[in-house]
Amino acid sequence: MKKHSLRKTDPPPASRSAQRNIFQQLAAVPHAFWTVLFIAAPMLFVLYFAFTDGNGNFSFSNITDLGQYTNVFILSIAFALIATAICLIIGYPLAYFMSRQSQRAQKILMVLIMLPMWCNLLIRTYALMALLDNGGLLNSLLKNLGLEPLPIVGSYFGVILGMVYDFLPYMVLPIFTAMTKLDYRYIEASHDLGCNGLQTMTRVVMPLTLSGVVSGVTMVFVPSISTFYISQKLGAGKIDLVGDTIERLFQNVSTYNVGAAMSLVMMILILISLTIMNKFSDEEGGMVP
Amino acid sequence: MKFLSKCYISLIFFLLYIPIVVLIVFSFNESGSLAEFSGFTLGWYEELFHDDEAFSALRNSLLLAISSAFIATVLGTFGALGLHRMRRRYIRKPIMTLTNIPMMNPDIVTGVSMMLLFVAVASFLGTRELFGFGTLLIAHVTFNLPYVILSVMPRFQQLDKSLSEAAQDLGCTPSKAFFKVELPEIIPGIVSALMMSFTLSLDDFVISHFVSSPNFQTLPLYVYNQTAHNVKFSMYALSALIVAVILVILLAVNFAGSAADRKSRKGGRS
Repeated sequence: MKKHSLRKTDPPPASRSAQRNIFQQLAAVPHAFWTVLFIAAPMLFVLYFAFTDGNGNFSFSNITDLGQYTNVFILSIAFALIATAICLIIGYPLAYFMSRQSQRAQKILMVLIMLPMWCNLLIRTYALMALLDNGGLLNSLLKNLGLEPLPIVGSYFGVILGMVYDFLPYMVLPIFTAMTKLDYRYIEASHDLGCNGLQTMTRVVMPLTLSGVVSGVTMVFVPSISTFYISQKLGAGKIDLVGDTIERLFQNVSTYNVGAAMSLVMMILILISLTIMNKFSDEEGGMVP
Repeated sequence: MKFLSKCYISLIFFLLYIPIVVLIVFSFNESGSLAEFSGFTLGWYEELFHDDEAFSALRNSLLLAISSAFIATVLGTFGALGLHRMRRRYIRKPIMTLTNIPMMNPDIVTGVSMMLLFVAVASFLGTRELFGFGTLLIAHVTFNLPYVILSVMPRFQQLDKSLSEAAQDLGCTPSKAFFKVELPEIIPGIVSALMMSFTLSLDDFVISHFVSSPNFQTLPLYVYNQTAHNVKFSMYALSALIVAVILVILLAVNFAGSAADRKSRKGGRS
């Protein structure tokens, strides 16, 4: 009471904190400007380029021109789906087994799975190519054993292998994180209630780690469908994916418009598949009693 | 079962590491062949260390990573503060959605969209020299922003308002209360934002590829250009060095982390 009477000139605390709140809200202004200028505006430019011809007139021709790239789209989607599925099939058991190791071993395995993630993608891809190339170690070993060399680089298999190799850690890490958060008592409870190993897996472990699977699938699918370095190196330039085509189209001013249209379509494709997947995972999650 | 699972883990990690190990071993190969190891040499490393382009690329990468991490963290921290205090959903929601776009989009779309913006601005200004450090800096700050918000925002949300009020009741001015009570709570988020931005920026190739010019190369762009056509053994040496540096950092962080753990546990016991 006494203190208050000493400071009669101060505005009442409520309005002072309101004032302070307004100043704090203003702290977001530079950030808001930045996002509008460098995130929203570029997206609008993609739209603009996708729906205009070289002279700036409105046209749908870029979108219809994409018809010639139908095969590229199908191949890209198929590759990304296959690579994601393989990563899930390999990565899910790996994450499960990792989470069953001792604390100490888990820590080491974490470092080992993160090291490739921290290495640049170019380096990993280049290393894999060096190993599998026609003049590489694998084929020279096969030759010394008197076997036929495997033409992996330049084949569909090679590109998919590259995607799996590069992005597997991105699948394993979120699933592993979900696994470590899983309360082991649930598993014991399911055994007590008469589940066998498989039932525990499908009814307890899988539903409870679905969030990790969803983020893992996203983190593998999105870079797989949009990559161009992997197909350049492990496809030996013979296999064209959406990423390669976009990259090529943006090397020449005259094809910017088609390139923008293609980027737009890819963005929409990814958006649709992510929405479907999130919906699917929500439903699955909802089924857990 | 236990044995089988250990076998499975070993097998996958073995496959994951063979290419990297082969790359490191063959970076010391005398003959410049990937087929067989003929003799030990440091020649490729010597070639790398005499390559001025590699050093300027390294310098550019560090410069870009430090400056973009700093700008993104400052911008994003104030942004997170403002957005946290913002009560109007119709302003807050669109800004958050916009911020997250670079995180959701594939890198190639982010890169292409920024390139189109810069191309349009360049043709508006009638200049050709727009691309370079400036455009790279803008692009890197932009793709770092969502990660900064992601690591700082929860810190603001976890702040206990009554703590700051208590500080003010005990005689702190509002700004003093902010620096003494709220800031220490937020700092871990800011530090992780800085580190994440720094590594993301250092690692980025795809977005940089679209907004750079030949006279300002970062390390990943340099590797890309060097490996575009032919096999270069000095690139194996460079990659081996990068892997070694990352390994040392990861081990150091982990070791420091567990040492601190042990210390705090000991402290708790005594």
